[in-house]
Amino acid sequence: MSMLHLVNKSPYENGNLNTASSIMQSGDVLLLIEDGVYGAVKKGKASAMLAGHTVSVLGPDLAARGISEDKLADGVTVVDYAGFVDLVEKNDKVQSWL
Amino acid sequence: MKFTIQVNEGPYQHQSADSAYFFAKAALEKGHEIYRIFFYHDGVNNGTRLTTPPQDDRNVVARWSELALEHGLDMVLCVAAAQRRGIVDDGEAQRNGKDATNIAPGFRISGLGQLIEGGVQSDRLVVFGD
Amino acid sequence: MAEQIKKFMYINRKAPYGTIYAWEALEVVLIGAAFEQDVSVTFMDDGVYQLVKGQDTSGIGMKNFSPTYAALGDFEITKIYVEKESLEERGLTLDDLQHLVWEDEDEDWAEKDSIRLVSRAELGEVLAGQDVLFNF
Repeated sequence: MSMLHLVNKSPYENGNLNTASSIMQSGDVLLLIEDGVYGAVKKGKASAMLAGHTVSVLGPDLAARGISEDKLADGVTVVDYAGFVDLVEKNDKVQSWL
Repeated sequence: MKFTIQVNEGPYQHQSADSAYFFAKAALEKGHEIYRIFFYHDGVNNGTRLTTPPQDDRNVVARWSELALEHGLDMVLCVAAAQRRGIVDDGEAQRNGKDATNIAPGFRISGLGQLIEGGVQSDRLVVFGD
Repeated sequence: MAEQIKKFMYINRKAPYGTIYAWEALEVVLIGAAFEQDVSVTFMDDGVYQLVKGQDTSGIGMKNFSPTYAALGDFEITKIYVEKESLEERGLTLDDLQHLVWEDEDEDWAEKDSIRLVSRAELGEVLAGQDVLFNF
């Protein structure tokens, strides 16, 4: 049983990424969407929260915000909306940290 | 798989409605079933037909209506949230003495039970919000 | 009413009154109670503020809906998780919160505590065991 965690806010705006990353269980997946993608930028302090977790970001949201994929923290994978759907299907349930 | 999608925010103010739309579209393209899209909180504002967005920007409401029409989707606006925010269909206009309706095509107004039922009947609930 | 019973978890992470989420989330919980699922409710992060005692909204002109939490027991909602770290961060203890109870008809209507104080780690386990997660 695994959970897909969605975070859609910047970690510099509020604590949602902090809550999600600290409560996630082994085997869970974190998908950053909308403003949440800022959390995956390697040079940003918040990317430290991603360590040890399986993390993906939504490509269209990266591109919209001018973040090139080479700026991402190590190990973060990029998915499109089809990939987003796949992640929802593959994990048992979705937790949106709003 | 059967998905129920919950949309908590209105058009334009937040990206939630856009994300929900693209997620729904991708799910349908992959052959999944969207059991219901339930609009709650300010999300009910996705269902007003009175928006006039700028010509060079996406028409969030019309986009929902088109998707619903193309795929026979069940798009529900929560009645309590809609009453609070002034999204009105014929039934609500009559019941509450309103002199106009403004619901967009493809949407219907119904109770919170529809969200719960979506959770019961679907394989996945995906919530988009603030 | 339902063919199957799923574990439904309603998660509250926002403070009351500053936004409508706390109240409109409660409305979902109450309506949802009629659907005979296995319901739990979580209060964490700023959501713990929803349960703070002594709310007086007369000065802000909003309806004080906090008495509604006390009715959750009557709706057979008996599993209310409150996260310990969220309370501590905010300088709160259980004493600051309403004492929520339910009456166990199998034990002669004995009054029992609905609130389960859990650590973040414990809450993670609880969430992992749910089927459907509602967020507002």
